[in-house]
Amino acid sequence: MDEILQVKGITKRFDDIVVFENLNLTVKKGEVVVIVGPSGCGKSTFLRCLNALEDIQEGEITLDGESINRNKKDISRIREKIGMVFQSYDLFPHLTILQNITLAPVKVKKRPKAEAEKEALELLERVGLLSKKDNYPRQLSGGQKQRVAIVRALIMHPEILLFDEVTAALDPEMVKEVLDVVLSLAKEGRTMIIVTHEMQFARAAADRMIFIDGGRIVEEGKPKDFFENPKTERLQKFLQTFTYDDEK
Amino acid sequence: MGFDVLLKGNNMMRLLEGVGVALKISLISVVISIVLGVVIGVLLALKRPVITAVFRAYLEIVRIMPQMVLLFIVYFGTTKALGLNLSAEAASIIVFSFWGTAEMADLVRGALAGIPVIQYEGSVSLGMNTFQTYRYVIVPQIIRRMIPLSINLITRMIKTTSLVMMIGIVEVLKVGQQIIEANRKSSPDAAFGVFATVFLLYFLACWPISMLSKYLEKKWEN
Amino acid sequence: MDFAVIQEYMPLYIEAFILTVKIGWIGIALSLVIGVAAAFVMHFKVPVLSRIAKIYVELFRNTPLLVQLFFIYFALPKIGIQMSAETCGALGLGLLGGSYMAEGFRSGMEAIPASQSESALALGMVKRQMFTSVIFPEALSLSVPAIVANVIFLLKETSVFSAISLMDLMFTAKDLIGLYYNTTEALFMLVMFYIVMLLPVSLIGSYLEKKARLATFGE
Repeated sequence: MDEILQVKGITKRFDDIVVFENLNLTVKKGEVVVIVGPSGCGKSTFLRCLNALEDIQEGEITLDGESINRNKKDISRIREKIGMVFQSYDLFPHLTILQNITLAPVKVKKRPKAEAEKEALELLERVGLLSKKDNYPRQLSGGQKQRVAIVRALIMHPEILLFDEVTAALDPEMVKEVLDVVLSLAKEGRTMIIVTHEMQFARAAADRMIFIDGGRIVEEGKPKDFFENPKTERLQKFLQTFTYDDEK
Repeated sequence: MGFDVLLKGNNMMRLLEGVGVALKISLISVVISIVLGVVIGVLLALKRPVITAVFRAYLEIVRIMPQMVLLFIVYFGTTKALGLNLSAEAASIIVFSFWGTAEMADLVRGALAGIPVIQYEGSVSLGMNTFQTYRYVIVPQIIRRMIPLSINLITRMIKTTSLVMMIGIVEVLKVGQQIIEANRKSSPDAAFGVFATVFLLYFLACWPISMLSKYLEKKWEN
Repeated sequence: MDFAVIQEYMPLYIEAFILTVKIGWIGIALSLVIGVAAAFVMHFKVPVLSRIAKIYVELFRNTPLLVQLFFIYFALPKIGIQMSAETCGALGLGLLGGSYMAEGFRSGMEAIPASQSESALALGMVKRQMFTSVIFPEALSLSVPAIVANVIFLLKETSVFSAISLMDLMFTAKDLIGLYYNTTEALFMLVMFYIVMLLPVSLIGSYLEKKARLATFGE
């Protein structure tokens, strides 16, 4: 019973457009699953469905045996167990860094403020941003904001973390500082699903790689096989777009 | 409810004439404001410190002084100070233009400053000369930003003309009062019908213009 | 200018000033309440109410305060709704201001990216928490420039109160001009008192705008 998340045959449609169809996925506790695929393949939408930010038309998603459904009354209680970090960081602009982090534990989990602040400071220290605690989001760089967003998700003690292209909006020199944090989380045995375009990072972080194209899982496997011996032609082609060959 | 008074004699006609007076004053003031505003706005874009400082002071006066107060100063004050016997209508046109010019000039200044430098550079790098840059790139963008805001100024002018009754101009509210006075005996409830009608007349004068301004703003949004 | 005259009328002006400021700020407080409520129902498209709010906003944004006051003060009593001039003044200002504030708050709410509510939801907030902790405060700080502009606008609009025979600053000035021909002094004091009333608001407003800008988006 160490399967924490189960996705059974889910289908997502926007009106007539099918984003993905009959997707299945099981994630074990402590597993790091990295999803890659071309833009518009539905991988981000898939991640959003896991947090019920989008409805699904068919199938079922369960976390710890509890079904995740957008229209459920207590969906917010289930969402507490799912941490999500977005591409656009989405810190709350009217709150300082510390307030951004403690807002949800205090308001949602009703934890004492002092305790939440103590933990927030520890986490900030860990990502190297303790000195920014009283700044406002707009005074931070993109990479710093994204690290804060990760802390904001961590402090809720989620059972699973979802990362949706967290470096896609960043300047190249800031990508590493964020990925280092994500990688250290992966190494300490957290359950995570990561959507990314950073192939080297994916290889370092993943326990299992998944390639989605055209709304279905085309290939999956251990990172070594996935990158070194891709079985399908589509994955081979996809991986080639990330290499530069001067012998054409 | 007192709407019947409006059907008596030429009462409705008189109310509409009152609207005409208000519209006339606002239109004249708007035209003056646009012309002077564009000139001052362009001068401001030159960023000469003296011009900017004088304009800041002017804008601040307009920003914090009620039009009503300005109206009193010009109407009552000039008579006393300059011995001029200004008509109420002239006084209101002066005040509204004074106010409108400040607003227009600030809009023009903002629109000119709001065009990113890259637009100029982009045009120049395409080989356009200064005239072409302005003619095909800058001016059309400014006009698109300006028109909705200037149209908006018209509705604000129209609404502000309601003040002129306070210095004795017979516009729609004043006509309304006169009608109510004259029919005090025969229809005691005239106040309701007349003022409801005046309310509606102002709304009908301003609302379509507001809608047009909103529509253009949406349409030309980048 | 005759300073004896100024001294003589000072108490009258102070009284008028207090009345103007009092009704002005009551009206402004009312306009904030009405504005938030109207913006809320319009933004969340509450059935029926949002329609009413829309009509209200259009009606009051497109008519002058003077006409609104005449309607409330002279017309409403004819259908049995009678209020004191002071109440009418505050109510009129509140209704006029509410329609402007509603537009300000609404565009503030519209300027908040949808991803903000999503990340609030992703943190496990329920709708109510999302509104009170994230959407409302953000909308508020985005609307600060609009609120400041509206407050100044509304304080200026108090100058029409004399039309419904409130003894405000304009009324007092007009009285002095009409009765005693002390035009210069009357106008001078009028201007001074309006400066006292509005300049601090204008300055505090600019300060608040700067502060609020820190808490908005924008890179």
